[in-house]
Amino acid sequence: MHADARSDLAAWRAEVPALALPVHGRRLVYLDNAATTLMARPVIDAVAHVATHLPGNVHRGVHALAEAADAAFEGARATIARHLGARADEIVLTSGTTAAINLVAQAWGRANLGPGDAVVVTALEHHANLVPWQAACAERGATLRIAPIDDAGRVDLAGLEALLDARVKLVAVAHLSNVVGTIAPIAAIAARAHAVGARLLVDGAQALPHVAIDVAALGCDFYACSGHKAYGPTGTGVLWGRAEVLAAMPPWQHGGEMVAAVEATRARYREAPARFEAGTPNISGVIGLAAALDHAATRDRAAVAAHEARLHARLRAGLAATPGVRVLGEPEAAVVAFEVAGVHPHDVATIVDQEGVAVRSGLHCAEPLHARLGAAASVRASLAYYNGDDDVDALLAALARVREVFG
Amino acid sequence: MSDALALYQATIVEHDRHPRNHGPLAGADRAATVDNPLCGDVVTIELRLADATIAAAGWTGRGCALARAAGSMLTVALAGLDATAAAARLDALEALVRSTPDAPVPDGLGDLAAFAGVRGFASRRGCVLIAVRAARACLSG
Repeated sequence: MHADARSDLAAWRAEVPALALPVHGRRLVYLDNAATTLMARPVIDAVAHVATHLPGNVHRGVHALAEAADAAFEGARATIARHLGARADEIVLTSGTTAAINLVAQAWGRANLGPGDAVVVTALEHHANLVPWQAACAERGATLRIAPIDDAGRVDLAGLEALLDARVKLVAVAHLSNVVGTIAPIAAIAARAHAVGARLLVDGAQALPHVAIDVAALGCDFYACSGHKAYGPTGTGVLWGRAEVLAAMPPWQHGGEMVAAVEATRARYREAPARFEAGTPNISGVIGLAAALDHAATRDRAAVAAHEARLHARLRAGLAATPGVRVLGEPEAAVVAFEVAGVHPHDVATIVDQEGVAVRSGLHCAEPLHARLGAAASVRASLAYYNGDDDVDALLAALARVREVFG
Repeated sequence: MSDALALYQATIVEHDRHPRNHGPLAGADRAATVDNPLCGDVVTIELRLADATIAAAGWTGRGCALARAAGSMLTVALAGLDATAAAARLDALEALVRSTPDAPVPDGLGDLAAFAGVRGFASRRGCVLIAVRAARACLSG
């Protein structure tokens, strides 16, 4: 490793207190970043600052604490918008990617899906970008079509295009797969979806921490992502929607904050994004998410990308050289899912955990994808900027312990 | 590594590698399937009864070493027991799995006492209990 890269990594790690947590008396080797990421000190401080100094509610008070909270919250929205290449009034703050997708499936779906219509998703979707569409289609009398993938885990563009016709109202696709680690060609999918008049929703839960996001340039109509997978707090997320698309959508949840005027038997709703933000939001979390995106911007993006790409290559090469290991698909970034012949993923994960190595095991909320790839379940290692060669090597060494137990 | 070795005791690994009573049970009177949607594991237990006694027990399914060993070892343990004794054996195994890691291991569990190691792994208790729940459903059905 280049000396500058080593010193960068040491400095990055020093800011993440959770990396110092001992696990079974060993150094934590955290390779479950696709499940949730670890926060750096400036993010933790931002969340704590709200609890300590900004205890008011937003959007409803005229007293000093309420006005301060409101200013900080709307400032965070503007910061989040800037990092995503969006306008602040196109940023709907949610509890996470799941809520963002459900919002579109329910609210947009209510206005735009009917009997005979269709929604297209791909065979590699996380359940959060599949089940909401199953439910919306069932409720609206619409049909759900599944676009095929190839054995590498890439969207089959020709197969997807073959499913597109005038009945398709929306296409939903993951930007970066949470299992096979492939990156979908969003611009090409957007062009094909728009050619038949369909909207495109992108599930960016995994992409946000690893791919530079410019929603205006991507060509999609909705972009959903989570704070906690991008080094921010849990319980935060973003739905970006094109202004004209959001403006034409009915509300999802109803209550305070989202109304312009209320009479006893009816209400008038506010404009987007307030229309989609009923109830008190996760104020400290949203401000923490803005801090996380600001903090990520202090890291040289090209250096982080090169570092993560090199780690990913080291991980893939190490797994390829490990007897009995089969990698699912052909991962392109951040994530590698694999099987160990004759040993269940849970047993692998338990044994490597004893070595301090945290990996995910199971279906990773992607049951149909595992069936497509012929795997009952898998082990998943997923990277973050604060991982190093030592983490990858620790996993590979721990896999040797699996063989010792199971022969 | 001692904890992982405590979990994967030789008896458990041996039953995982060479499961007993694995496969469809000819002439089964009772069958029940339990799955764990979080991990995709699924275990089916089948029983053949003679009078009020379990004449034979079999299991099928897929799962981790703990789930497979539980299917294998439970079907061995249940054969020859009447319904009351079988239910008591299932209760005893579940009580063991749910007890604290430092609690004494009760007598009378036989090979099933090997599952005591799972008590230090809260997220893995369910792996053993899939087979227990399937067997219990067989007895009640």
